[in-house]
Formats: sequence, structure tokens, C-alpha cells
Amino acid sequence: METMTLKLRVWRQASSDGKGRMMPYTAEHVSPDMSFLEMLDVVNEGLIKKGEPPIAFDSDCREGICGMCGLVVNGVPHGPDRGSTVCQLHMRKFNDGDTITVEPWRAAAFPVQKDLVVDRGAFDRLIASGGYVSVNTGSAPDGNAIPVPKDIAETAMDSAACIGCGACVAACKNASAALFVSAKISQLALLPQGHPERLTRVRSMVGVMDGLGFGNCSNEAECEAVCPKEISIANIARMRREYVRSLLIGTGR
Amino acid sequence: MNGAPQIAPAGTRQLDARIPSGPLPEKWERYRFDAKLVNPANRRKFTVIIVGTGLAGGAAAATLGEAGYNVLSFCIQDSPRRAHSIAAQGGINAAKNYPNDGDSITRLFYDTVKGGDYRAREANVHRLAEVSVDIIDQCVAQGVPFAREYGGLLDNRSFGGAQVSRTFYARGQTGQQLLLGAYQAMMRQVGAGTVKLFPRYEMLDLVVADGRARGIIARNLITGTIERFQADAVLLATGGYANAYFLSTNAVNSNATAIWRAYKRGALFANPCFTQIHPTCIPVSGDHQSKLTLMSESLRNDGRVWVPKVAGDKRPAGQIPEAERDYYLERRYPAFGNLVPRDVASRASKAVCDEGRGAGQTGLSVYLDFAESIGRLGEHVIRERYGNLFQMYEKITDENPYKSPMRIYPAVHYTMGGLWVDYNLMSTIPGLFVLGEANFSDHGANRLGASALMQGLADGYFVAPATLPNYLASAALPNVSTDNDAFREADAGVRAKLDRLVKGTGKKTPREIHRTLGKVMWDHVGMGRTEAGLKEALAAIPALREEFWAQVAVPSTGEELSQVLEYAGRVADYLELGELIALDALERRESCGGHFREEYQTPDNEALRDDEQFAHAAAWEFAGDGKLPIRNVEPLSFEFVKPSQRSYK
Repeated sequence: METMTLKLRVWRQASSDGKGRMMPYTAEHVSPDMSFLEMLDVVNEGLIKKGEPPIAFDSDCREGICGMCGLVVNGVPHGPDRGSTVCQLHMRKFNDGDTITVEPWRAAAFPVQKDLVVDRGAFDRLIASGGYVSVNTGSAPDGNAIPVPKDIAETAMDSAACIGCGACVAACKNASAALFVSAKISQLALLPQGHPERLTRVRSMVGVMDGLGFGNCSNEAECEAVCPKEISIANIARMRREYVRSLLIGTGR
Repeated sequence: MNGAPQIAPAGTRQLDARIPSGPLPEKWERYRFDAKLVNPANRRKFTVIIVGTGLAGGAAAATLGEAGYNVLSFCIQDSPRRAHSIAAQGGINAAKNYPNDGDSITRLFYDTVKGGDYRAREANVHRLAEVSVDIIDQCVAQGVPFAREYGGLLDNRSFGGAQVSRTFYARGQTGQQLLLGAYQAMMRQVGAGTVKLFPRYEMLDLVVADGRARGIIARNLITGTIERFQADAVLLATGGYANAYFLSTNAVNSNATAIWRAYKRGALFANPCFTQIHPTCIPVSGDHQSKLTLMSESLRNDGRVWVPKVAGDKRPAGQIPEAERDYYLERRYPAFGNLVPRDVASRASKAVCDEGRGAGQTGLSVYLDFAESIGRLGEHVIRERYGNLFQMYEKITDENPYKSPMRIYPAVHYTMGGLWVDYNLMSTIPGLFVLGEANFSDHGANRLGASALMQGLADGYFVAPATLPNYLASAALPNVSTDNDAFREADAGVRAKLDRLVKGTGKKTPREIHRTLGKVMWDHVGMGRTEAGLKEALAAIPALREEFWAQVAVPSTGEELSQVLEYAGRVADYLELGELIALDALERRESCGGHFREEYQTPDNEALRDDEQFAHAAAWEFAGDGKLPIRNVEPLSFEFVKPSQRSYK
């Protein structure tokens, strides 16, 4: 099988308070069937054999659903393949001799912890601020007690498909979390189960988002362009409507 | 036992499963009435450690937090939302009988016991079927966007091993949506202050003080510091051990370390050889492969599995005429067709590939063909049902499954074995509870599709929250400080092992040794097992373990984020666990479910059980490093379902 040799420039940073820099590496014997992360595995195997610390990067399911992986490849979060996580990016998208830059997510709210690994705990804090339905275990009515129109359920599912990877934040020049937050707000605002807390949820989540170091949304849709699940910016518009609605009606609190 | 001597010493422990008395359908009700409760005002005085945040751990953390317990939740990922439950695609079973097609709690119970080839505990399975209906209600109320019919009601589809439609689903992302439901419920409790999160922490030992599980030793994966955590009970929900095989459909960080360290602290490990090889995965493409990707079983609703009739036929699928194709599942199993259980489908695929009829250049794949369904239903219907799976397939293989059939091959996917638990989900260490895939309880020798999500959520939302208070209210739990001898000893042991690893300056990477182990496991402890092959594995694994400790390279100080160190520790555990899996497979001289011993099969190549000798769970007891573990037995009695030769014809 034809294999490729690639030049890599990779961000290396020893720890969160260390200074980072781009370092050159060569990836040899790269098969076009490898995923991008498998290519990095091969580079790391070489480093380990030489007794050097391998490049730290996050990944887990390696099938595009856990949201753990996230690299900026040649300046684009998750790389050149649209609608794909970097673990699903395959090396057949590159050519022999290419130079590839690999960097971590860059955002004030996602500090680098080591090399390409960042802290996305801010997303967890956002969900804890209202991204749920308050229903204790055991108190639910029958699943079919409330019919939900199929198109509403499908639209809610489109929003719920978010994997929380943070590419939207990394792509945005303001490092806004609007796409992530609006996807959850939309899912729960669309479904009747989310209605009782609809107004308080949007007020709380938007307030917390502003306090976590994320920037404002300026409608450039770069988030949508890199989203591996192709979450639509229509969610952001819906979040704004929900927010205005909560201002007009009041949250009752 | 055919005169074959048993290698491992037979244990004499009386394993009490603590099954409530009374008729099967009343046991759970009776248990809950008899169970001791903890007064709401007292709950916050109890600290509960939950390791793992998948469906079982996340649901338990949410529910126990809601009840008012002080919950400490640990996961190795950067967020609880990443646990591997998220990758489950096809669906979740529940005996709702919404389609009115003859389903009931009894039928779900029966299908599960039969699907598990009569190696599961009846009382546990019945309870699972009972609570299945509550799970769906709970998830809907959380805002899980399940698929719906045009009338707005919930949709169902069918899965392997069942003749009814009882599987609820959210496109091909059911696990994701259920996990996010549990995660959100749990994050609500984080906001409320009842659950405290410890992301990027790895449990490296269990602390047993005065005979009870009282805490864990965990490594902060960012800083590398070793920390001690004390509690009144410990719940392990850390998933299965399929990654012992190197290549599996599990996430790359899924590991067996938590359950393995608990085993070495005295928890028994039951039926380790019951591993599930899933029939529909994307075939291996090369040595660089880091994991395998599952194509949901739901695809077998509309896809037809076939290979060429003649061995060595290398024509592209499209050039092989209908008459020269062998739809072998439909031919061999006309009643269930493409929807036979996973173990049956995987073995059938292996058989046709062994005959030289496999597809593709390697001959190690079979076709999963949607042409007939696309013709009958239209491409848009197939796209709506499986769009994301088809897209994933195309990304990985660069082939368009709308145009040419998928190529699939079996891969290790799930482990039915796990830590032995009683009806309370408590292990042989008092205060150590084990939930979800990490325990052995409900699936016997083979798990049916869409039942893993059901079991994880059943254990987390409904079972553990009822059984844990019974323990807390009745156990004497004196204060144990983290300066206690048990904590010191465990802490020192963890440090010593890490030190030994970081001193590794050899030339072998942990991955190289793991890959070699995986090949031994797949070749000898995989789909077809023989006495000779298992003995070969039992000779190879200890040698590999020696090689690991002599030659492994771990360039790390230990006091930093070091993925190679994390991985090396997990591989060290697989090198011990792999041996136990092989030993269990050797000692179980019968075939059942996913455990297929070539020596024990029917004339038409189906698994041949030996109920006289092996209607039991084998619960292995650690006897010390370098010593053979002890094989204890929990006999299984079947009051309700009469074990018979499984037939899907």
C-alpha cells in the first residue's frame, strides 16, 4: 500500500502555567486509511521508543460521538473535513509531503493543560446552571402521556446531537459559547417536558455563560461551519427569542 | 467433566446471592418493602463514592444526589458526559408493549434469560424487566428526544433475539441521548451541591478497612498526585473489560483497572470468559488500527447479510448475481433471519469466512446489503433511519453504503462477565457495589441488543438507590480516617506500582505489548475456543507479562499529565486479567452464548451446553500474585424458565 510522509508542527506545552511553542515532527509510513489520531499514535510510538514524552492529546470513543477529541488542524477546528470530528478525519484527505500544523483549542475559557489537552470544565458548569429538566428519579408520568409532534421531536434531536467538543468556541474569534448553550436551550424549549423551566433556564444559562469568560456572539457562523454535528445557528436565534421572551414575561423569580 | 482435570483449585465459599423469597414476580416488591431505609435528614451524613459516569454511574449519582446523599463522582474523562455509554447506537429495550405485539415483562424476562443461554440469575433478570418500563418514563421526562410516530407517540423497532418491537431509540445515537439525560440530571445535583465532581481522576485502588469498602485511592490525571478519598460505600460503574483484546469497539480509554484492583482486594470476578463478539463492525484496515467501530445491530432490521456461495469468489459484490449469493442467516435461521442474537450471527460469519467465502481482499468480512430495503422503502427512509451510521461508515472506509453493500466483521464489543454481585448488586466485599457492565449479573453468557442501556439505567436509577440504603442503614460504619492503616497501605502500593512503571526505560511501548496480548486473546480466547488454544494462551500471557515488566518504556516523571503512564498501568492489568479470562474459558467445558468451545457443539454447529456440570456462575477469587486463583461456584436454579437448547430456527 502507498504510504505518505508528512511534516508536522505541533504545539507542545509542559503544563498549564508553562510556555508553549510549535515543535517539528515527521510522520512516516502514514497509510491513507489511518485516522488523524492514529497517525499521531504512530508519531507518539516513535517518541516513546526514543524515551521522549509523547504528545498529549485527548480522545476516547474515536467514532465521533464522545466529544473528547479536538485539535485545530491547519487552523481549522477538527480539520478540513466538514461535519466531522478529528478522530473521524482520515489521512486520505492529505497528500504525501504535506506540512500540517496541530494546535489545541484556543479560548480563555478553555485553558491548555498540556500540549493539545484543554480544560472544558466551563461546559459542565454551563449545564449545571440549567441545562436539564428538574425531574427526580421515579416521579415521571408514562412515556406516552404527552404526545410530541414528530417534527418537533426531530428538531429537538437535531439540537440534542451536540457532543460538547468545544469546536464552536475554538472557531469563534470571540470564543463565544452561544452555539453550545443555544443547542441545549433549544432542545429543552422545543420539547413540552422542558417548558416549565423554559424562562428561568435561558436566563440562568446565558448569565452564567457571560461570567465564564466566553465572548459574545457576533453572527459570523464560524461555529456552525466547524461543528462536527452540523448544529445550526438557528439555535442561536431561538436562544435570543427565548431570552427576550423571558425578559418580557419575567421568570417569576 | 470428561475426565479432564481441573487446573484451578475449587473453592468452598458459599456464595449467597441473597435472593428474596416468594414468587418471582413478587421478589422485587417484597425486597423493597423489607429493605431498611435511611431517614431523609440522615442521608447527607453518608458519603458515597461512585466511580464512572456512564449510564449506571451517572444515573446513580443523580438519583442518590436527589435523595440527599453526599456523592463523590469520579471519571477519567474531562467531563462525565464522555463516558463510553455515549457510543451506544441502536436503542434501549423496555416491556412497554406500546406496539401491542405481544410483549410483556414476562416475555422480556424470558427473552433475556434465553438470549443469555441460561446462565443468568432469574431473579435479577425479572427485576430488570420490571423496571425497564420506568426507565423509559424517566428518560422521556428528562427531555430525551426519542423517535416518535406521526401521532406524537413513541416509536419502537426490533432487535436481535426478539420477535417483538420493544426497542426505543433516538436515531443512531440512543446511548448519547440517554447518557446526556443522566448527565444533566447529575449536573443538576452538582449545582444543588449534593454531587461533587472529580473529572480526570483514575481510581487505582480500593480501600478495605475492617472488612468493608471505605474508600479509594485515585490519581489526579492532570497533576499526577495520588489522593485518598473516604466514604461509607463505594459504587463501581466503570464498564467492561473488552479492551483486554486490544482491538474492540470500546473507547480507547475504557479499562478494567478499577474492577481488577477490586478483585485483588477480595471481590470475586464472575464468568470472565463471557465476552461478546458483535457481528456487525467495520473490518480491520491495518496494523495502525487503534479501535474498531460498531455498526449498530439495528441495521440488521433492513440489511441482509450474505457472502458468495462459492469459496474464492472475488468479484465485486455488484457483479455477483442473486442466485450465487448465500444469505446464510436467513437460510440457517428462517424464524429470526438476520435478527438472530449476536453470538449466533458472529459465529455464522466466522464459519463462512473460515470456508473461504469471506468478502474483500482479506476474506475477513461479510456483506450487509441494503439494496433490497432501499428498493422497497426508498433511499430517504433508509437515510432517516440510519443516516449517521451510513455517514460514519463512509468516512472510515471511503465506500458509499447506499451504492454498494457494507462490509462487516465481528469484533469484541461487550463483556457479560464482571465482578460477582448479589441481588443487592453488592460484591463479596461489604459496601462495594458494582453496577452496569462492570458486574456480571443480568446477561448470562450473551447479551441481547439494546439491553446494555436498559441494565445500566436500571442499576443506576432504580436498583442501587433501593439497595444501598438497606446496607447503609444496617451496617456498622465507624469513622475511618484517611490516615488509617488501610489507606496508608493502599496508597503506598499504588505509588510503588507507578514508580516501577516510570522506571521502565526499555524499548517496547505499552501499545506494542497490548497489541500482542490482543492477538493472543483474539486467536485463542475469541469466537472459537479449544483446550489446546487456551493452554497456549495460558502459556503465552505470563511470558508477555514478564516481557512487559522487563522491557516497557514509560517516559514520564509520574508527577504530570502522562497518558503513556495511564495506559501502561491499564495494560499491566490486562496482562493479568487476560490470563483469568483464558483460565475461565478453559475450565468451562461446555459452550454457551458467547463462550464457544469447539469441542462442545451440536451436529449443526450450535453451542452445546452442559447443564449438569455448568449451570453455575464461576466466581474467581484472587489467591495472591503468582498463584492460581480459586474457582468458586454459584449454582443457578431455574424455577420459571426451563433451560433448553436455544433455537432461533
